[in-house]
Amino acid sequence: MINYHTVYTTCPYCGTGCGMLLEVMNGRLVGVLPCKTNSINQGKLCIKGWSAHEFVHSPERLKKPLLRKDGRLEEVEWDEALSFIASKLKAITQTHGPDSFAALSSAKCTNEENYLLQKFTRAVIGTNNIDHCARL
Amino acid sequence: MGSLREAIRKALTAGEVAGVVGLILEEGHPRPHLFTKEAIDELERLVVGDVRYPLAGVLLKIHRSDPEARLGIVARGCDERAVLELDRNEQLNGEGVVIFGIACTQEQANACQCAQPYPSSHLFGERAAPVSDSERFDRLESLSKEERFQYWMDQFGKCIKCYGCRNICPMCFCPDCVLEDNDLIKTGNIPPEVPIFHLVRAFHMAERCVDCGLCEEACPAGIPLRTLYKKMRNVVTTQFGFTPGITKEGKGPLQYLGDGEFGKQEGH
Ligand code: SF4
Ligand code: SF4
Ligand code: SF4
Ligand code: SF4
Repeated sequence: MINYHTVYTTCPYCGTGCGMLLEVMNGRLVGVLPCKTNSINQGKLCIKGWSAHEFVHSPERLKKPLLRKDGRLEEVEWDEALSFIASKLKAITQTHGPDSFAALSSAKCTNEENYLLQKFTRAVIGTNNIDHCARL
Repeated sequence: MGSLREAIRKALTAGEVAGVVGLILEEGHPRPHLFTKEAIDELERLVVGDVRYPLAGVLLKIHRSDPEARLGIVARGCDERAVLELDRNEQLNGEGVVIFGIACTQEQANACQCAQPYPSSHLFGERAAPVSDSERFDRLESLSKEERFQYWMDQFGKCIKCYGCRNICPMCFCPDCVLEDNDLIKTGNIPPEVPIFHLVRAFHMAERCVDCGLCEEACPAGIPLRTLYKKMRNVVTTQFGFTPGITKEGKGPLQYLGDGEFGKQEGH
């Protein structure tokens, strides 16, 4: 039996927060429609919003962390990836000081995630080198 | 409203149609939905009103995923025109589509400056009077050629290349769209190449546009696209005696060009 319905959500791409309807057909995401009755975007989207469904089923989507081993990227578990990052960060900041580190956050993250990253950068690493992708 | 709901319920439960495309009210927002026998209670939340979505485009999407299923659609005048025009372009078998027609209010017809604010058959609601003059259109026609040219160049210059006009258009069903072909139209900048981007689309719409106005409603830059395509519709009607969305017969002017395959492309 065919099934088509929409899921009302907020565009993941920037802080404007446009309302969008994800079109779901037989369990797969097939498109996006701008929400006409959302007071923010009033039935309009930018090119990113209109394409926001595309990454979900993309075969190129990363589902696990990749770590370069002997010059080749390999899929690894989160524990291994995080331990590797932590040990590298420790070594680099101990040798070159906290200002050798900079963090770039993303408009695709939530407020809370962005808060956490700046807290980590300032309080754990000890630098003010924090910025976000919108200024790249 | 009650009788529309009943007619759909009957068609679904009798198995006359496998699903009906319409608007459902959920989380306070009307949105496109496929009503089916399996979830018949959802019909209680079927709505019609001012909000308009490209229901014929949704119908086409569902048809492509299941070409055998007989579908219905809650259609305004423009939705029915779109179904007819999709049929003429061999994207849908219009005879297989059951129309549950709804008439637009006079207010909507005036806002759309719509020459046929109701579908031709199976009508629910009172017909509003057609609005055959478009004063937006006439105002532009009264400008001199130079002023008009400048007006449109200024308008096209506002484009942010969201492709919303194409994406929402029920008649833009091509698998590969020229608007994204960098060999034909320079797309690497904002605005996209002026005026080619907009004129190419206008030419493609000349023989397909059913004057629903969804493109203009979706344009974040406020470009009066509907008025532009009304002009194309007008030219094609007067010069070629052809108006899209009126019958499923006939050839549009572009279909006399080349091998006649434009507009008959396979869908996705
Ligand atoms: S174009 Fe406007 S008035 Fe005409 S049928 Fe569509 S919604 Fe109704
Ligand atoms: S009015 Fe706009 S959205 Fe509607 S058929 Fe014409 S070009 Fe497409
Ligand atoms: S009709 Fe023209 S603008 Fe529309 S999808 Fe096809 S190529 Fe693109
Ligand atoms: S909807 Fe408007 S801004 Fe977007 S591509 Fe079309 S004309 Fe340009």
